[in-house]
Amino acid sequence: MEKAKVTTVQNEPAAEGREAPERKPAVELIGLTKYFRSIPVNDNIDMSIYKGEILSLLGENGSGKTTLMNMLSGIYFPDAGHIRVNGKPVVINSPKDALDLHIGMIHQHFKLVDVLTAAENVVLGLNESFRLNLRSVKREVEAICQRYGFEVDPDKKVYDMSVSEKQTLEIVKVLYRGADILILDEPTAVLTPQETKRLFEVMRNMKRDGKSIVIITHKLHEVMEISDRVAVLRKGKYVGDIETAKTSPQELTDMMVGRSVSLNIERPEPHDVRECLRVEHLSVTDADGVRKLDDVSFKAYGGEILGVAGISGSGQKELLEVVAGLQGAEPGSVVIYTDRDGRTSSLIGKTPMEIKKLGVHLAFVPEDRLGMGLVGDLDIADNMLIRTYTEGGGIFVNMKKPRKLAEEIVEEFEVVTPDMLTPVRKLSGGNVQKVLVGREISGEPSLLMSAYAVRGLDINTSYTIYRLMNEQKEKGTAVIYVGEDLDVLLELCDRILVLCGGRVSGIVEGRKTTKEEVGLMMTHVGAVRAE
Amino acid sequence: MDTVLAQMISLITTAVSFGTVIMYGSLGEILTEKSGHLNLGVPGIMYMGGIGGLTGAFLYQTWTAEPVPGVGLVIALLSTLVCSVLGGLIYSFLTVTLRANQNVTGLTLTIFGSGLANFFGGSLSKLAGGVGQISVAVTSSAFRATQHATDSLVTLVSRGAGESGFMRVLSGILDTLDKTVFSYGFMVYLAVVIAIILSRFLNKTSRGLNLRAVGENPATADAAGINVTRYKYLATCTGAAISGLGGLYYVMDYIKGTWANDGNIEALGWLAVALVIFATWKPLRSVWGAYLFGALYWLYNFIPGQSRSMQEIFKMLPYVVTIIVLISVSLRRKRENHPPSSLGLSYFREDR
Amino acid sequence: MIHISKRPDFNRFTGEKKKYNRYAGMLIGVGIRLAALLLSLVVSGVVIYAITKLNPLKVYAEMVSGSFGTSRRVWVWLRDTALLLVIAVGLAPAFKMRFWNIGAEGQVLVGALATSACMIYMGSANIPTPLFLIIMAAASVLAGALWGIVPAVFKARWGTNETLFTLMMNYIAIQLTNFFIPMWEHPKGSNTVGIINAGTKAGWFPEIFGQQYLLNVLIVAVISVLMFFYLKRSKHGYEIAVVGQSENTARYAAMNVKKIIVRTTTLSGAICGLGGFLAVAGADHTVSTGTAGGRGFVAIIVAWLAKFNPIIMALISAMLVFLNKGAIAIASRFNLSNDVSDIIQGIILFFILGSEFFINYRVRITRGKEKEA
Repeated sequence: MEKAKVTTVQNEPAAEGREAPERKPAVELIGLTKYFRSIPVNDNIDMSIYKGEILSLLGENGSGKTTLMNMLSGIYFPDAGHIRVNGKPVVINSPKDALDLHIGMIHQHFKLVDVLTAAENVVLGLNESFRLNLRSVKREVEAICQRYGFEVDPDKKVYDMSVSEKQTLEIVKVLYRGADILILDEPTAVLTPQETKRLFEVMRNMKRDGKSIVIITHKLHEVMEISDRVAVLRKGKYVGDIETAKTSPQELTDMMVGRSVSLNIERPEPHDVRECLRVEHLSVTDADGVRKLDDVSFKAYGGEILGVAGISGSGQKELLEVVAGLQGAEPGSVVIYTDRDGRTSSLIGKTPMEIKKLGVHLAFVPEDRLGMGLVGDLDIADNMLIRTYTEGGGIFVNMKKPRKLAEEIVEEFEVVTPDMLTPVRKLSGGNVQKVLVGREISGEPSLLMSAYAVRGLDINTSYTIYRLMNEQKEKGTAVIYVGEDLDVLLELCDRILVLCGGRVSGIVEGRKTTKEEVGLMMTHVGAVRAE
Repeated sequence: MDTVLAQMISLITTAVSFGTVIMYGSLGEILTEKSGHLNLGVPGIMYMGGIGGLTGAFLYQTWTAEPVPGVGLVIALLSTLVCSVLGGLIYSFLTVTLRANQNVTGLTLTIFGSGLANFFGGSLSKLAGGVGQISVAVTSSAFRATQHATDSLVTLVSRGAGESGFMRVLSGILDTLDKTVFSYGFMVYLAVVIAIILSRFLNKTSRGLNLRAVGENPATADAAGINVTRYKYLATCTGAAISGLGGLYYVMDYIKGTWANDGNIEALGWLAVALVIFATWKPLRSVWGAYLFGALYWLYNFIPGQSRSMQEIFKMLPYVVTIIVLISVSLRRKRENHPPSSLGLSYFREDR
Repeated sequence: MIHISKRPDFNRFTGEKKKYNRYAGMLIGVGIRLAALLLSLVVSGVVIYAITKLNPLKVYAEMVSGSFGTSRRVWVWLRDTALLLVIAVGLAPAFKMRFWNIGAEGQVLVGALATSACMIYMGSANIPTPLFLIIMAAASVLAGALWGIVPAVFKARWGTNETLFTLMMNYIAIQLTNFFIPMWEHPKGSNTVGIINAGTKAGWFPEIFGQQYLLNVLIVAVISVLMFFYLKRSKHGYEIAVVGQSENTARYAAMNVKKIIVRTTTLSGAICGLGGFLAVAGADHTVSTGTAGGRGFVAIIVAWLAKFNPIIMALISAMLVFLNKGAIAIASRFNLSNDVSDIIQGIILFFILGSEFFINYRVRITRGKEKEA
């Protein structure tokens, strides 16, 4: 069905060729500079976007991709430099100015109002008529969907939508506003491989329609697959741009990180494995009555790294939180912890405090670092207290130990901080994670759980984290590593538990499986018979 | 039987006139809160509106030899609007532009507004002749000119009432209708009209949709090209104007063009804030909610044999009911009944 | 066009040495606040002149002598500062936990009712003064705690909005006061409670070193110091800080969030209740719906502006009470209504609230399109 619509668009005479000579730039950025807290996030950037092309904006996390595009879409105002659209100099003071110039951005964190319907979100801010005429909006939305090949239910409330539905709605919203230049900020981060494929189809359709598309990403295979040209940012500076057909992933990686890095992650052979955690028939239902985990069973062993793969929202968060005592589970669920001396205890139905009192040495690096693992407004030493503030008698806290620990962590992991009194909120993402991981492993854990531990970190810090995980494994700790990058999971983990929609799709050997196999299991329970 | 009916009618009229004061307050506050601003300055704004109208009317009546009620009415209305919008401007400048804490700014506005009103209220009384009460009876009469739309009909029907039982019943019904529905000053009806307009505006117009989006998620509204600051200012100041009318109605109609430094307006202002919660941010619900609050507040008058102390306990009812509503809303978790998501938070586009 | 951006933090790197300048930021903060205060006094002066046509400087001089002119006035000023301060100190832990307790007015009032009840019903029992004071204080603490615990339980259990809940509790307290006034009426028919134990002075604060209000000041000073250490150094204080930042982090840290919310809010209500004890036994010796007199609301502003630092709270309280006393003095001197003090207080607070913006943000004015050409 979608195919048919694609061909209708193909007839259009729009620029199809990658080699069209003397193409006109739709947008030129000249010397754009933006500071955050007196640190340059974008430093004197010159860049062009041509008509009818798909441009990948590539760079590591924190290289300034989103900030640069936010200046184009009117969210931020540049501290220096200027912008030309279709050759004319423009000043973009607000998102409205950007829309008037036919520039639309689909943000990583969706800009949708939860309690409104799809159609209401689409017309938001347009004031087409005094009376709200939703019927004509719905018709127009359906027409757009037809043209580019996607589906949106105009009457559905956003809070009832899945992530990919929300993203589709965002694209419809931007197209409805007549955008000719579309910016997509890491659109595939939350999508399944199938959904990604469909999105790319839509992007190609839009390109054939003459639109310019910028896709912000750090996934190389996507860059190679979808884009005509790649522009690379590194640490806020523009490294250069190159036609996709004339480059290779290796070259792009070099541009991105500045030098070649070995992509090999160490993986020592496990030794002296022993059972540490046994989960049986674990089911979790959330407050809205949605089943988040359904009859999950697995074992985690001390001395090995158990990876957890799955599309985001498949129950990874709930799994870790149940073990940590932050979530309740359905009756019949079993979570048994075995300590190094072989004593067992059940963790189900226990509060974090009760688990702690059982003597379970549990370390947990949650996904939301500043919202759960750390307290943003407190300094490093105060954050060290989180696990230990109850220690010692009396009503007052003892600051001696946490201060010492804070200094050790800053020293050992080379945490960059102005001084020891700076609130952790003001540190960069990588340094925040170093503080968090440093604290968690300082407790000599027997079970270490981490969720998306390298998300948003630069390559060097990521490798530091992998090294720390391996060190813990060597010490006999059971490590549970929830990840999103399949390449990393396949290289780092001994076994990989694959979740799909809250159910165990299978457990595979990290050394034997392939990316394709895990990818298939992530989207389809029972696709592969493992074990 | 007749006394019961008379009591019922009396309770209804009391409830309606009392309820109208807080209805104005709550309608204005609903509009303000829809933009994401919790304005605890409602009592202050109602004070400013009330004293504004009173001062306007007073000056007009003092300077004119033979004041015309209609002119006094217009002057009072205008001066109320000017004063209450001024209150709204102070609040929105501080909370929207300068991003000051909304709770604290609102409370300060209440202190400021009540001080201003009671200062001028006291001074006007002195100007009016020392110990004597200030009174703008002429202007007040224009506010209290009741309609009695069915009057002639009632007389007509009652003339023939003796003849049949049906006519007598009809006459009774008409009479009751006349007393409970058509016996108030125009501002009682104006409040209902404003509620209906507000409800239509919020749910059926493009700009209403935009305003709801601003209160729910200003970053999204901003990205959609909505001028968040302008919407917040307009909603807060229009809201203040509506709330201010509550003060005017209280002064001109409810206490008949006088002034008393008794803190009543402040109490009513807080009741208006309570009504917003009771109405779960829906203008139409605040209409019957206001009348219900009025009935609850004055219920003690209609239950005989109460000691003075027990009467005071009855006056707790609206607050207790609001607390019950507050609790039940938090229990039910229905998204549509929740306060606007960004209520109480200031918005800065470049926050990250 | 006007462009606004967050002020950079004043702690910058200077190369490898990680040198760091904390004082520049503090200095700018203090400077902006002082400027706001001065500006607000100027505006108030204009308002005073507009209303009274009196020389504002003369009026301010009158205010100073009205507040500090005699030693008794100084003591009254100290007493009222202490009362406002104790309420602000009571609110501090709740606010630090981001629990918007705006029910201090009601908590003070029920504390005052409890104190009055003790004085009325136990006044003739000849209990030794220290013991009697302790009983009264305990009663007021219990009453205030009760007023704090109710909204806290609902907040902790079902997430019920505490701002609006505590606001409603104020009015229930006021109606409760109205309930008791006819029962305690003295003399009959006055609809007021009158001075309680006017003859025996049972339950009144005793004079210390000949000073009637020294005990008030001492009690509040002790509570403020204790609160300072409680918030800064105690395990409870740490829990309050974490819960205030993020409930998720608190649960992660094995804290019992519900227990902490209920405990902290109860403490907050209890201290505010004690404020009622100070107001009745230490100052008014009577009770009415005006006993709290809006202090519950003003204290919110005090606690917020001081960022919960008891020393700054004391300074702000002292300033506000001075303004209040001074304004009342000029009001009676120039035959104006007392309410002028609320107007001046409002203006000054508006300026201070607005000034926070200039501490956190930087305003830059650009000339829009011309610059681009």
